[in-house]
Amino acid sequence: MKQETFEPKILAFCCHYCAYSSADLAGSMRIQYPPNVRIIRTPCTGRLETEYFMKAFENGADGVLIAGCLEGGCHFVEGNLCAKRRVNYTREILEEIGMEKERLRMVNVSAAMARPLADNIIDMVETVRKLGPSPIKHNGASKQESRK
Amino acid sequence: MIVAQRKNIPDLLAIVKSHKKILVLGCGTCVTVCLAGGVREVSIIASSLRMAAKLKGLPLEVEELTIERQCDNVFLEQAADAIKRNDAVLSLGCGAGVQAIAERYTTKPVYAGLDTSFIGILEERGVWTEKCAACGACVLHEYGGICPVTRCAKHMLNGPCSGSREDRCEVNPERQCAWQLIYNRLKEIGQLDRLKKIKPPKNWNRSQSGGYRTIIREDHRV
Repeated sequence: MKQETFEPKILAFCCHYCAYSSADLAGSMRIQYPPNVRIIRTPCTGRLETEYFMKAFENGADGVLIAGCLEGGCHFVEGNLCAKRRVNYTREILEEIGMEKERLRMVNVSAAMARPLADNIIDMVETVRKLGPSPIKHNGASKQESRK
Repeated sequence: MIVAQRKNIPDLLAIVKSHKKILVLGCGTCVTVCLAGGVREVSIIASSLRMAAKLKGLPLEVEELTIERQCDNVFLEQAADAIKRNDAVLSLGCGAGVQAIAERYTTKPVYAGLDTSFIGILEERGVWTEKCAACGACVLHEYGGICPVTRCAKHMLNGPCSGSREDRCEVNPERQCAWQLIYNRLKEIGQLDRLKKIKPPKNWNRSQSGGYRTIIREDHRV
């Protein structure tokens, strides 16, 4: 039987002021990171709510990465600290549901940290690759797939 | 306001797993303010239930709706169609909301998705504290606006108990001694003499001694 290699689909919420800029810088510096991530730019990670992460998983994301500014360096003072608490809360809910909490992770980078961002993305992709496909997708068609 | 907190997802799934189509019904009043049963919490719990059911291989469709107030028939009417087209309702309202739905929709199973906890206030961001036990006969005027029935661990009307250390309660050192607060407050407003009077035992007839309580206002009846 042919074994297909699993390529995780990871959603990355990147804040405009730091993480998105560092992803941009990574591009300028020709630093490569896996194409498994789909980056969504947000004004601040503090804008992200628990239900966004839940919807991402419900719709079949294998992992969700939240990349915000360094702690203490948020453009909106404490948006990334709000996000950190929400990420931790969502991880608790994921555990209650029976999913691996490691599929959701928050990292902090400054706009100049292109290499660390790429490393974080690589690490996240490898973590999710080891965990395997999202059990939500595996146990039944995701919403998007069932619409097709 | 009424403060509640969500039940955990495995418990909720166990409650609704015998149904195929459920409505998660939120309430836009108290439980929205205490972040337990508003639009956002309905979305989170509905997503969680869908995913948890899928992981267990259970066929479960979850519809989401939030109305302004579950404990009011006028608002409850707005949920009529959604309630009809689902097999059961998981209410994210307080206990009153759940029972209002059960009374109105007699053939529909209704379950409580929240644990209704107490009447309280938002102390600081993310922290709620109980302030009122709804005892039915308010004594706050005697105690400088601080309720010994609710906030003293021993519910003492003639305190303090002498077990407190500094301003901490001996039952739970993380809590402030209500009687220390009462003393400070009465001193502040110049009413310390209130403490010289011994209060007679409280009449608990107006509390929950005889089943549920009713208030009838003839001037408002039609």
